[in-house]
Amino acid sequence: MPSHLLTVIALLPLLGVPALLLLRGDDHTWIRRIALVVSLAEFAISLFLLRGFDSVNPGYQFEEYYDWIARAGIHYHLGVDGISLFLVLLTTFLTPLAILCSWQAIHENVKGFFIALLVIETAMIGVFVSLDLLLFFFFWELTLIPMYFLIGIWGHGRRIYAAVKFILYTMFGSILMLVAILWLYNLAGTFDLPDIQAKLQTGMILLPARTELLLFGAFFLAFAIKVPLFPLHTWLPDAHTEAPTAGSVILAGVMLKLGTYGMLRFCLPLFPDAAHRMAPLIGVLAIIGIVYGAMVATVQTDLKRLVAYTSVSHLGFVVLGIFAFSTISIQGAIFQMLSHGISTGALFLGVGMLYDRRHTFEIKEYGGLVNPMPVLMSFFLFIALSSLALPPLNGFIGEFLILIGTFQNHHAWAAWAASGAVLSAIYLLWAYQRVGFGEVTVEKNRNLPDASGRERLILATMAVAIIFMGVASPLFTRRMQSSTDSLLQQMDRVQNASRRTATPELAGKQVGIELRQHQNASAKKISLRRVQP
Amino acid sequence: MTPFPSEQIENFHRLAPEIILCAFGIVIMVADAFVQAAHKRALGWLAFIGALGGLLGVHFMAHDPGNAYSNLIRADSFSIFVHLVVMGAAALAILGSFNYLDEENIQRGEYYALVLFATAGMGILAGANELVTAFIGLEMSSISTYVLAGFRRKAIKSNEASLKYFVLGSFATAFFLYGIAMVYGATGTTRIDLIADALQKMMADQGQVASLAILGLALMFVGLGFKVVVAPFQVYAPDVYEGSPTPVTALLASGPKAATFAVMLRIFYVSFGTAGNFWFWAVWISAVLTMIVGNFAALVQTNVKRMLAYSSIAHAGYILVAFAAGTDIGIAAVLFYLAAYALMKIGAFLVIAHLGQPGEKRLEITDYAGLGGRQPVLAICFSLFLLSLLGLPATGGFLGKLFAFQAALDSKVVWLVVIAAINSVIGAYYYLRVIVAMYFWEPSKEYLPSKVAPTLAFALAIAAVGTLYLGIFPARVLELAKVAADSIYLR
Repeated sequence: MPSHLLTVIALLPLLGVPALLLLRGDDHTWIRRIALVVSLAEFAISLFLLRGFDSVNPGYQFEEYYDWIARAGIHYHLGVDGISLFLVLLTTFLTPLAILCSWQAIHENVKGFFIALLVIETAMIGVFVSLDLLLFFFFWELTLIPMYFLIGIWGHGRRIYAAVKFILYTMFGSILMLVAILWLYNLAGTFDLPDIQAKLQTGMILLPARTELLLFGAFFLAFAIKVPLFPLHTWLPDAHTEAPTAGSVILAGVMLKLGTYGMLRFCLPLFPDAAHRMAPLIGVLAIIGIVYGAMVATVQTDLKRLVAYTSVSHLGFVVLGIFAFSTISIQGAIFQMLSHGISTGALFLGVGMLYDRRHTFEIKEYGGLVNPMPVLMSFFLFIALSSLALPPLNGFIGEFLILIGTFQNHHAWAAWAASGAVLSAIYLLWAYQRVGFGEVTVEKNRNLPDASGRERLILATMAVAIIFMGVASPLFTRRMQSSTDSLLQQMDRVQNASRRTATPELAGKQVGIELRQHQNASAKKISLRRVQP
Repeated sequence: MTPFPSEQIENFHRLAPEIILCAFGIVIMVADAFVQAAHKRALGWLAFIGALGGLLGVHFMAHDPGNAYSNLIRADSFSIFVHLVVMGAAALAILGSFNYLDEENIQRGEYYALVLFATAGMGILAGANELVTAFIGLEMSSISTYVLAGFRRKAIKSNEASLKYFVLGSFATAFFLYGIAMVYGATGTTRIDLIADALQKMMADQGQVASLAILGLALMFVGLGFKVVVAPFQVYAPDVYEGSPTPVTALLASGPKAATFAVMLRIFYVSFGTAGNFWFWAVWISAVLTMIVGNFAALVQTNVKRMLAYSSIAHAGYILVAFAAGTDIGIAAVLFYLAAYALMKIGAFLVIAHLGQPGEKRLEITDYAGLGGRQPVLAICFSLFLLSLLGLPATGGFLGKLFAFQAALDSKVVWLVVIAAINSVIGAYYYLRVIVAMYFWEPSKEYLPSKVAPTLAFALAIAAVGTLYLGIFPARVLELAKVAADSIYLR
């Protein structure tokens, strides 16, 4: 029996939308409750993915395959593998927390706010589970509009500027990706990712070096803007700072990973030659991002902006790990994506709680907060330590795997990147010191209430996740292992296929045989698929 | 009694939409003299029924395809597709006009009659198999729309629009006519399919196409390019679109564009398609210019109606991208685009018509501030149309662009697609600016929202649902477009 689990997970949040629409606009309590229930149900259902997931199988699981626009070769094709599995879970985990943290912070147009959050959840999950290039693009663009409204309507200060900058930056990248997708369709005759991969591996389609580089460039640009990779990062501090807390959590927690996920899913397996050729440049940019992001974070006077810049630094690690092309570094990159989602999401939640009390992000407005709010600030310290990669917390595992993986192939890169780990200790601890320790400097802060029950619940959940990811990391890496191995093998196979055809003596015979084998294989695959539903 | 010749019945069937539309138009003209001013709206309903009757006429066409009136008219799938677009556009525009005309105090029968005559002209354009017939269709639709553009007689802008459209439009049709004469001189025929044969023979005999024929095509491109508003013949459009009564603008931006692109497809693809793609670069350059002029000019507009006028220039550019493909995939892409475009553009202009309030006073972007809070449903509809014009997934506009790009890439027209893609991001800025105003700005205090009339709401609902339908379940319409594309070459 074919499984529809992924469809259910991808579309369940959308079911909440009509439910919310039916409620009266001023019935805030029920709007919040229903949104929370939907997102919790979503998280519960997504846990079934873990149960059915076969960690030995490197391919896509829970596949669903239907025609959507048959004449144009567009299919509804979903599936997860070890790379996307945990990103889906990260999304379903963070969304209820984002809803909880907006419980009291949002007063205006509450209905619209929660609808936007649910739509964004659907879109992000859609991106992670789509195996059809056009379906992927569809969800990719769908993430933009709700986030645009989240920033623009419920954001702070310069929200309009930030919202427009965010959407224009991302669109510019993605439209070129669309052209590349269409071009790839012209070459491969399908939008189906596994099909294209198979055709590339068997040499059925060969990308000339220049074409490959252009296609890689178009995809990479879209993803690099999203990540964001230095020097394309300038939209990020604005968007993160001006967004409401829930928006920042979603943005930093999940949306940035859409970019790094895209690199893993498309740039590497489809264009390995170009990826290898561009890797030195990308590695250097990633390292600049790590160091630059950390240094700029150090000098921020605005707490939220500081946290925003840490993302530039941490995501630099992820990109570095991906383009070091070793199993360990790529696993580290995926792990770092998850742990950054948790840690930075938690940091934004903490900053949001401070904002709810004082309505400012200025560091100098705070100071000595440990005195009035011991519980909140203890959690805050714990989260900061996780973000600066203290062993045995989650941040450490990711950075460590990335660094040893990178060291295997590039000693210098690893050395430079390691300095980022030191800098992160500086900016986070220094910021914490200025906010938390010492005497209370601003009189208003003396009587701030400590964390409420709801806030304790949010922070404690995050703390548990942080510890769990730190000590139980093999539970994660074990499930990533075979998919990352197979990713690197795929890259090799595609490169071999193109090299073989480049040397004429070997070309004719071998490719002929493989072509036939592949045709048989794909015929079987297709017949299987037709029978299934 | 002599039996009615079956040939005549066939002719009637194949021209049924136009016959029905003109009949209703004449009835309205006559009835206008007897209907009291208070009941003029009944004539509007009659016109709406006429437009639906036109759609029924398409049904006759579909059941009896072939050539009519000594091969002057072709009733093929292509013509049927364009008929559906044009008449759907007319029906929506009529629905959107009722309250507008009341508000402007110009509720009169001839308005509706002219809309029907214009639509009949567009229908003839879509089905023309002969250049002089195409010319007649062009004139029929043009002259009716010249009058419609000036229908707010007391408004100076409307007068200016009408006059400008008339003078420049006449000039353009003259170009078209001159082009026909030259092609006739070169090939000895004005029939679209026979021109193809003559040119092919010319190629075989002399190895090239006579320069007279190419010059003729160039002149026709000028004339038709004026009507579909492509650069460098776009200069008149912003003024005319801005000055015309807004429901008329909705019609102008959708119907004539679709019909004229249809006849362009027939002339360029069928007549001149077999003789080599020598028009390719003309279309390429025109497409680039059109997109750039349209988008960059729209960036600096503060008047939303004028901004949408420039946006429709930009969209003509995207359609030309598909046009440049030169294949049947390209035709299908153009047709799909036209259908999606008509829905979203009419929807957008009808929203503007409503929000303009009497005298079309409220057209500035600042007038849209805070609309999202004041009139949420209307704002959502408008956002949908704008996002579709922008080309965001799940809307017809996205798939229209997608198929256009796909068709062009299929013909290896890569750089044009890249330019178009970058242009569509530039376009994003000005569409989003309206959404910013509607949702992110504080509403102005003195604005009193007026109620959306049921007829207008119905028209908007159709446009919105259609836009989403084309964006999510495009398979059927795409299938029709492909069949239509194939039918154009059949003899």
